Amino acid sequence: MFAVVLLLIVSAFTFWIFSALPSDPAALTCGKNCRPEVIEANRERLGYDKPLVEQYGAYMKGIFAGRTYGEEGASVHCPAPSLGYSYDRHECVTSLIASTLPVTASIALGAFVLWMAIGVGLGTLAALKRGRWQDRLATGFSVVGVSFPTFFLGLMFIMIFVIWTGILPFPRYTGITENPVDWFMALILPWFVLALISAATYVRMTRNGILEVMNEEFVRLGIAKGLPRKRLIVTYVMRAALVPIVTIAGLDFAFLLGGALVTESIFNLPGLGKLTLAAVVNSDLPILVATTMVAAVFIVIANAVVDVLYGYLDPRVRVK
Amino acid sequence: MTLLSVRDLNVTFGTPEGDVRAVQGVSFDIEPGETVAIVGESGSGKSVTANSLLRLNFGADVRISGEILLEGRDVLTMTEDEVRSVRGSDMAMIFQDPLTALNPFYTVGRQIGEAYAIHHPGATKKELREIALNSLEKVGIPEPLKRVDQYPHEFSGGMRQRIVIAMALVNNPKILIADEPTTALDVTVQAQILELIAEMQAQHGSAVILITHDLGVVAEITERVMVMYAGRVVESASVENTFAVPTHPYTRGLLKSVKSLDTARHERLEPIPGTPPSLIKLPSGCPFHPRCAFADSLGGRCSSEAPELRIVGSSRSACHLPDERLLGLMGGAS
Amino acid sequence: MNTDLVLEARGLRKYFPTGASKMLQRPTDVVQAVDEVSFGLRRGTTLAIVGESGCGKSTLGRLLARLIEPTAGSVLLDGKDITKASSRELLALRRDIQVVFQDPYACLNPRHSIGQSIGTPIRIQKTLSRADEKARVRELMALVGLNPEHYNRFPHEFSGGQRQRAGIARALALQPKVIIADEPVSALDVSIQAQILNLMEDLQSSMGLSYVFIAHDLSVVRHIADQVAVMYLGKIVEIGDPTAVYERSAHPYTKALLSAVPVADPKGAGERKRIVLSGDVPSPVNPPSGCRFRTRCPKAEARCAAEEPLLIERESGHQVACHFPL
Ligand SMILES: Nc1ncnc2c1ncn2[C@@H]1O[C@H](COP(=O)(O)OP(=O)(O)OP(=O)(O)O)[C@@H](O)[C@H]1O
Ligand SMILES: Nc1ncnc2c1ncn2[C@@H]1O[C@H](COP(=O)(O)OP(=O)(O)O)[C@@H](O)[C@H]1O
Ligand code: SF4
Ligand code: SF4
Ligand SMILES: [Mg+2]
Ligand SMILES: [Mg+2]
Repeated sequence: MFAVVLLLIVSAFTFWIFSALPSDPAALTCGKNCRPEVIEANRERLGYDKPLVEQYGAYMKGIFAGRTYGEEGASVHCPAPSLGYSYDRHECVTSLIASTLPVTASIALGAFVLWMAIGVGLGTLAALKRGRWQDRLATGFSVVGVSFPTFFLGLMFIMIFVIWTGILPFPRYTGITENPVDWFMALILPWFVLALISAATYVRMTRNGILEVMNEEFVRLGIAKGLPRKRLIVTYVMRAALVPIVTIAGLDFAFLLGGALVTESIFNLPGLGKLTLAAVVNSDLPILVATTMVAAVFIVIANAVVDVLYGYLDPRVRVK
Repeated sequence: MTLLSVRDLNVTFGTPEGDVRAVQGVSFDIEPGETVAIVGESGSGKSVTANSLLRLNFGADVRISGEILLEGRDVLTMTEDEVRSVRGSDMAMIFQDPLTALNPFYTVGRQIGEAYAIHHPGATKKELREIALNSLEKVGIPEPLKRVDQYPHEFSGGMRQRIVIAMALVNNPKILIADEPTTALDVTVQAQILELIAEMQAQHGSAVILITHDLGVVAEITERVMVMYAGRVVESASVENTFAVPTHPYTRGLLKSVKSLDTARHERLEPIPGTPPSLIKLPSGCPFHPRCAFADSLGGRCSSEAPELRIVGSSRSACHLPDERLLGLMGGAS
Repeated sequence: MNTDLVLEARGLRKYFPTGASKMLQRPTDVVQAVDEVSFGLRRGTTLAIVGESGCGKSTLGRLLARLIEPTAGSVLLDGKDITKASSRELLALRRDIQVVFQDPYACLNPRHSIGQSIGTPIRIQKTLSRADEKARVRELMALVGLNPEHYNRFPHEFSGGQRQRAGIARALALQPKVIIADEPVSALDVSIQAQILNLMEDLQSSMGLSYVFIAHDLSVVRHIADQVAVMYLGKIVEIGDPTAVYERSAHPYTKALLSAVPVADPKGAGERKRIVLSGDVPSPVNPPSGCRFRTRCPKAEARCAAEEPLLIERESGHQVACHFPL
């Protein structure tokens, strides 16, 4: 319920921000030397001549009912859920997003799995071998990882794995349904780039979390009860240390679903991030409004999911 | 055979500031079924001593020496697995803060059952639940059937301490180590918990090592008292003697600075001057000498020579003063 | 009433709304932390407030020092209502009522030297020049038994007892009339507690201070108080001089509280009859009807649930709120 209200507010706000920009969306519909009549016609066709509230209303209506732009003859119909029409690409925004989302989702999912595995795994190792070389290695990794810019790591990976050694082909996205192997090959580098960088933070979070929990009285009582070390680590320490990490990870994942701008551009993957970036370059407002909103939706949903999950993981916040 | 015999226990923690000599040359025996108190101010080494009995002192640089003989087997030389089988079964522990001692993620029933299951691998789920229910009932938790499936945060501090006690007793330990079990509780709840410990001890016949800084608590339920100061036992005596004829200036100081319910209004207390020493830079000789009113009367001996525990009357005391003076400490003459 | 009352509480009440952040919270959910509390503190004497954790002692203390606003009722300092004071009057008032906390860290800034911290009230009130302030702080340090040469040391370099001394010095800086001490010795070692208690008594007699001394330790109170108020769930259930409250206690709660105190005398321990209260203090959100103590009271009867007992004078200066006093 609360999430729906929040979404409405977010969408209205996004809409308002973009329409308040100084650029005239209608003027952008055709090239530099466009005749004023064309601009005016396009303005009317796309609905930019109406007051803002009405535009927003039409937009929202479009989401549920679909929308037709312009009069008959030169009209374009975008079926529900319509998120607008891109005059730059002459395509319904919804179908643009529908074609790019799977790419981003593939990137996000793989990167997420990898980074949680690396981050939590190394973090746990570091905590358990505190002060020894494993700890120093993991801590070193996290320091280096945090300070690496994405584009640099991405380019380095391409240099090493594609250009110098040729172990991997240059990433070219293929749908998983078409060819799973190609899909995998194309995504493995971006996954690692994103995973390594995010994992760095998670190594530190996990390590510190575990060390903190190990000092808790209930862990000492667990040892005093005679719990075997492995069971103690898993059921007492990890359980407690991972609760906050899971919640943060949920939000990070949602954020990633909103598009990995830099990574997608470097690896030339046709995902949401690249779509957004192109839209920025071309001042393609309908796409920007839509991608912003999609990202917001993911974050709101993730928040709700995390809340539920948190209640499930931690009995203390469970509502009776 | 003596149930537990601690011989010349030394515990040192290496820290960046220097070595913390938390426990030095501590020796004592525990017989089956008896109740012994370890008293002392904070930092005197009570918890470190207690934790050593189960090898629960953790840290980057912990050095332990001496012997801890549980029915003749030295806990300090046991393998990790052997110690584990002692923990929670032969010797169980109750900690100070009941609010943080239970795992917040599991129901109390599961945690009590777990304490049993660790040492009885064959137990079925049904048995464990039965045991958890019984234990809750025994320690006086109302409505055990409903409570067994609740989480720790749904209980008050006093009830959580009852649950910790239930858990500690589930394997009928020979020794129950209670490290300030009532310090975090209100007096009324403290009275409940002390009564429960005494009751449980009568039922199970466990020996109890009760750690506290409160002389009142000592007088309530113990038979023997060890007073610790700066990591050493300075006096060891029956509870009656500790209060009536203390044989160490520090014990006397503690007794004099306790306010009792019937001290008259504005009757002057006699505090011990100064503060406890740092365990990194212990005073030479008797560690109590900078605060001791009697030190001057012995020339320089107190600051040069560390006193050993010796028999004085029917107590044991680590002080250079002659026996007559030690036995007359409460008489006034200082 | 008595003109020699330096501080007086009249019908003090503090309700805290709970779950403040939730929009849908029923407005009826309030913690009744302090409810209808009245008493007078005679000049130069000590009033002790005792009770179990959560019964509203600290809240009452903060109300008296006007660190928080009462929901209802008033506090009179020298006959003047301070709950209606303007912000300028409030500044002056802070001079007359000072607070000493349980955890002396609470009022000592870890990044300020101990001397700076002790001088803070002087600086805020601008009563002295900088140079005079330093001299005054050194004087205060000597007064509470700290070495004035340690002026530039930081709080972490002191022991708990020394920090509490600094807390007291800070409270004395403006020569207050009243000091509210909230469990000033609870966090200290036994041997140090006596040092601080003696110090407080010495200061009282030399400076004519009046104390409100909050404690959960009844034995400390016996020693230091001229008047004892026992609180239960936000209300005073018994008040009187220590002999009356300790030796002729008439409220079942006071009796139980006293009998629960472990006595440092192994001979007495066995003989003493102990009233062990069952259960815990109920939630102050929905306190029991009638007498709030009835859920744990061994003497409770039907009337106790129906009718709230009022604080009634039994003998001169000894008041009890119970339908069936002992
Ligand atoms: N700011 C606040 N908001 C909500 N409730 C509060 C607030 N401050 C105190 N309370 C509640 O008011 C009641 C009384 O609290 P108070 O701190 O006065 O108790 P106390 O007697 O000093 O206890 P203790 O002995 O633990 O110090 C408690 O139930 C407490 O949870
Ligand atoms: N893991 C540790 N590392 C360093 N010092 C420690 C450690 N555990 C305890 N100590 C020190 O040992 C001394 C005795 O501590 P403890 O036994 O806990 O005192 P208490 O008598 O209050 O229980 C203290 O000075 C404490 O700071
Ligand atoms: S040995 Fe000396 S300093 Fe130590 S307690 Fe005895 S008299 Fe005091
Ligand atoms: S009024 Fe009733 S319930 Fe309250 S204290 Fe008196 S006897 Fe007990
Ligand atoms: Mg301790
Ligand atoms: Mg308080």
